Amino acid sequence: MTTSTATSVSLAVRDVHLAFGAHRVLRGADLDVARGGTACVIGPSGSGKSTLLRTINRLIEPDRGDVLLDGRSVLRDDPDALRQRIGMVFQQFNLFPHLSVLRNVTLALRKLKKLDEDEAVALARAQLDLVGLAGKVDARPAQLSGGQQQRVAIARALALRPQVMLFDEATSALDPELVKGVLAVMADLAAAGMTMVVVTHEMGFARTVADTVAFMDAGVVLEAGPPAAVFEAPAHPRLRRFLSQVL
Amino acid sequence: MDSLSTLWETFFDGDSMREALPEMLTVGLPNTLILAVSAALLGSVLGMLLAVAGISRTRWLRWPARLYTDVFRGLPAAATILLIGVGLAPLGMEIWGPNPYPLGVLALSLIAAAYLGEIFRAGILSVEAAQLEGARALGFSWAESMRLVIIPQGVRRVLPAWVNQLIALIKDSSLVYFLGLLASQRELFRIGQDYAANTGNQSALLLAGLFYLVLTVPLTHAVNWLDRRLRQGRPAAPPEPDTDLTPAGVTPTGRDPR
Repeated sequence: MTTSTATSVSLAVRDVHLAFGAHRVLRGADLDVARGGTACVIGPSGSGKSTLLRTINRLIEPDRGDVLLDGRSVLRDDPDALRQRIGMVFQQFNLFPHLSVLRNVTLALRKLKKLDEDEAVALARAQLDLVGLAGKVDARPAQLSGGQQQRVAIARALALRPQVMLFDEATSALDPELVKGVLAVMADLAAAGMTMVVVTHEMGFARTVADTVAFMDAGVVLEAGPPAAVFEAPAHPRLRRFLSQVL
Repeated sequence: MDSLSTLWETFFDGDSMREALPEMLTVGLPNTLILAVSAALLGSVLGMLLAVAGISRTRWLRWPARLYTDVFRGLPAAATILLIGVGLAPLGMEIWGPNPYPLGVLALSLIAAAYLGEIFRAGILSVEAAQLEGARALGFSWAESMRLVIIPQGVRRVLPAWVNQLIALIKDSSLVYFLGLLASQRELFRIGQDYAANTGNQSALLLAGLFYLVLTVPLTHAVNWLDRRLRQGRPAAPPEPDTDLTPAGVTPTGRDPR
């Protein structure tokens, strides 16, 4: 898969805190992803995984702490410009139902990247071809299966040539038989050298694709390391309990 | 004379109808449509501004929008048309001369805007928050997200209510006769009424009523059809099963773990 390997960046989350009212969702979360690396974030529901992901592209502004891309704080950038450099894929796809598959991908290319119609369409078609959906360009999202919709969402994010990709439980809403196709696209992207943060319940994916597995609980990353260490020799009791429940 | 046939003549006198028909077709119908459609368009623009102001985080936009909506929905249409048509007549005089027609359109638009603003606001608020998040994640600003993603979806969802408003405008356009239109500016109702007043026979007015029904009844059914279609989704191919689990050119290997 052609991705902008050359422009991948390293990612560092430093002591990020966030509270919604009295509820402290993040309490000093840290995460490191090497340039071109893949970090899988695992942990129980409500541990702050999705919130952590949203502080990276500033869909949610952290109360305290910092997020660094290649050592540079994202808090210094214009949030809208920042988000063009960070692709995000959601559990519920968040495709635009009133637009065709092709228009879903070309919208940001035309309006944000200011490509003309022909360039945007050519780029979008190429990107959709890479996720196996060249034949679906004129369909509406509702006419596609969940797995196909999620692949469109990935193509839509990749078309902007992001430096980092964030996946928020990208396969959790899919029927089991559709999960494989989406994970395949993600694995391929990781292999192509995209810097990725993947919040997931797919332990098999974390084990085989991730460079780093980070276990979150109660708003902090309790333990992080290579998959072998995290899965085979978990140090923290809470991680051991979590793994015993999900594996 | 049989009183029943007198009654029949009062409403269904063919000659009276035939006499009024040409003017209804060439003057009344076009004017009714011009009044209703231009008020619907101008009202939609104003209504969209009200809707966006109504969901704004700034109370200095929210409160005026609220006040406007309360006032123009709360007043009888006839009162608003008279207040605008007569009250703004001196101002209109300076802009387009002694012509009450534009003020009629303006009054109808201001009334429609209050209703359409609430309709659009409900539509916008019905769009899932995930849509805004999806747009923002691509790098669109809040305003761009609203314009390109949220509002188009919200408007689609309230299309039936918009058509209902058009129906209301077609009927309310009859009220601009208060403003004293020129002969060539008269809409359906005024023409029917003029003939009825001159002849003492109500048939021309009934003919005007039939014209209104010919316009509004199909629109009512269009609303129902639109509503069904929006509820059930467009008549298109259903989602097909995902047979190709692995996309072309992708080998689901990733990197060798160890």
